[in-house]
Amino acid sequence: MGTLWFWIIALMLAAYVVLDGFDLGVGIVYLFVAKTEQNRQLALRSIGPVWDGNEVWLLAAGGTLFFAFPLLYASAFSGFYLPLMMVIWLLILRAIGIEMRSHAHDAMGRSFFDAVFAFASLLLALFFGAALANVVRGVPLGPDNYFFLPLWTNWRTGAQPGILDWYTVIGGVLAVLALAMHGSLYLALKTEGDLEQHAFRWAGKLWPAVLLVTAISLPATVLARPNSLVNYRTHPLDFLAPLMVVLSLGVIRSAIRAGKALRGFLGSCVYLAAMLSGAAAGLYPVLLPSVGGAGQDLTVARAIASPHTLHIGMVWWTIGMLLALMYFSIMYWLFRGKVSQHSEGHGH
Amino acid sequence: MDALALHRLQFAFTITFHYLFPQLTMGLALLIVVLKTLALRTGDEHYAASARFWARIFAVNFLLGVVTGIPMEFQFGTNWSEFSRRTGGVIGMPVAMEGIFSFFLESAFLGLFLFGEKRLSPKAHWASAFLVFCGSWISGFFIIVANAWMQHPVAYHILPNGLFEVDSFWALMMNPWAWLEYAHNMSGAVITGAFVMSSVGALYLLQGRDVEYGRTFLKVGVVAGLISCATQIFPTGDLHGKYLAKHQPAAIAGMEGLFHSEKGAAMVVLGQPDFEHEKIDNPIAFNKVLSFLIYGTFSSEVQGLDQTPRDQWPTTLPLLFYAYHIMAGLGTYFVGLMGLAGLLLWRGQLYRSRWILWPILLSFPLPYIANTAGWMCAEIGRQPWVVYGLVRTSAGYSTHIGAGTSLFTLLGFLGMYSLLSILWIVMLYNFIQSGPRSLSHETAGHSLTAA
Repeated sequence: MGTLWFWIIALMLAAYVVLDGFDLGVGIVYLFVAKTEQNRQLALRSIGPVWDGNEVWLLAAGGTLFFAFPLLYASAFSGFYLPLMMVIWLLILRAIGIEMRSHAHDAMGRSFFDAVFAFASLLLALFFGAALANVVRGVPLGPDNYFFLPLWTNWRTGAQPGILDWYTVIGGVLAVLALAMHGSLYLALKTEGDLEQHAFRWAGKLWPAVLLVTAISLPATVLARPNSLVNYRTHPLDFLAPLMVVLSLGVIRSAIRAGKALRGFLGSCVYLAAMLSGAAAGLYPVLLPSVGGAGQDLTVARAIASPHTLHIGMVWWTIGMLLALMYFSIMYWLFRGKVSQHSEGHGH
Repeated sequence: MDALALHRLQFAFTITFHYLFPQLTMGLALLIVVLKTLALRTGDEHYAASARFWARIFAVNFLLGVVTGIPMEFQFGTNWSEFSRRTGGVIGMPVAMEGIFSFFLESAFLGLFLFGEKRLSPKAHWASAFLVFCGSWISGFFIIVANAWMQHPVAYHILPNGLFEVDSFWALMMNPWAWLEYAHNMSGAVITGAFVMSSVGALYLLQGRDVEYGRTFLKVGVVAGLISCATQIFPTGDLHGKYLAKHQPAAIAGMEGLFHSEKGAAMVVLGQPDFEHEKIDNPIAFNKVLSFLIYGTFSSEVQGLDQTPRDQWPTTLPLLFYAYHIMAGLGTYFVGLMGLAGLLLWRGQLYRSRWILWPILLSFPLPYIANTAGWMCAEIGRQPWVVYGLVRTSAGYSTHIGAGTSLFTLLGFLGMYSLLSILWIVMLYNFIQSGPRSLSHETAGHSLTAA
């Protein structure tokens, strides 16, 4: 039962990263890819009906974590107190940027909110990447299962790491690059004309950087937490995840060359999902590794809620997810195709 | 201030600010369905335009509700980690269900409702408005289930390691406290929606612009306001008080300012509690009315604060006393105002009676104050417990987050939310100024993104 809930939450987080990832990515590349007023409106319209639904995956995953692994929720959320508060503020700022831009009546107001949107999207991607890297690397859990991390220390991993050290910064940079490419491919898929061309060009520029940092991140993970390899040694099937990472990067490259946006975007979805499942496969059954001497790893078995609670949860979770998938299919189906410049009476 | 006080203050501040938005959106969601139904039934374009106008205001408030709601879910873990660790298996369930059953529903169909009027048939568009309404009301239900369990824990047992486990899912969902609190809360939300809608209607009539819309807003607002104000007092408020007297006697004694148990207790309408001498200064009171309201006879004994050990008294008694009196006083005013407006509407004089349009216009902030005060009653009344009678609030917070860190984030929220308030007011002012006629098909979606 614990294993099942571990993978359920991993799956929900992957859904969040793939879905909200593209609208965060649009935010990251927004200032560079869309330079004219018309293109900026188009770029925002491409994520308009879906971005807040995408964000709901974060809330749903958080809620599921709360009830399925209360100890992990309590420990991780209080341990990452400050960074999480900053994530909240950034989510608020980003929503304000998107929302207020459409109500700004002059060029100055619009460029101000453009910058807020782009800045908050970039920092969010950086924070999420660093956060994931923190979880992979491990935290100094105390005997009471709690911890409190300083924001920065001497940048080294080890017994007393900080939230930002060399490893987590790599994680943050990788997230920014990967989501920027993901967002560019989404824009290329959803728009036409010169915006589509710019988006393809940016995806092409970002690809080598994503490849490079991905290649660095794999050995870096083993250095930061040698135990990551244990599962891979015992279950060679886990190597499917890194294999998928390599394959999908190849697919993305060829799709960008051939100008096939859909293939590129799907490749990017697979890339993100494979990176996350690779990390999850390396962790399992640990949820939050402990570094330093005081505590022990938070494992599925220690953090999980009682079997009776989980049994009840499984029933409504399954029903709820089926419904959610149905809504999302309706949504994406109705808003399928490219966002066009003229056809809709959106204008001012 | 110590760390516990700061954690409490931060949670109180963020949730009070958050609740400004859902109370309007839950109320408006219902009224928008009414407008869409009128549009579908009559085929009259002006009802459709009215719905579009309110959808736009809904969207902005919904967005602010979402962004100020995210901190609430996070703060269970960040600031109240011990509470979360112990009760997560129970209370995490309704919290997770809210996300899975209502947020997905609401966000998907809000997108359709705002952006899809052209792509959908009128019936399908009506259905998307209806599903947004369902989403927002289901969402309120799960949050109330979570809160009601903290007020009145049911269907649980405590494991040897101190964690709480659910006995029965149905008993958790059917907690009688939850249904009472839900009914009282939702009729409060409809009051807010109705007052805001009537207020805008009164504004248009007083300004002599968009008169046709002003009449519709007033008609729908006053009818909904009349019904919801009445149900707010009877049966929901009345039953709630009786339930409270049975299960949280210290809370109701604090709300009423009843220091000593009394037979034939009086209801204090106005007065200032004096905690040193345990009496009410300058009371204006109705003899024996409190006993009647709670037990149905004038001579029953009502438990005073003296029946509860002092270390279990609600920790901020004066606030509790005033919150309750503000809520009850405003509730009485609402019934009077809406009763009068309803009478004038029935006699066909409402739209011409400027003397009543003015108070309707100016009353829109009052339901916000009354609902906030109502929440304060519930939450302060529960103190010093985070789970009533079982877990003290002082045993629930994140002990390793220092007071300074909590103060830092409290200040951060203060700054962030001041900014949000300014933007919110400017935006609503602009919407109301530009009026419903400026909206064509699809432009309702304007407000959730650019273009």
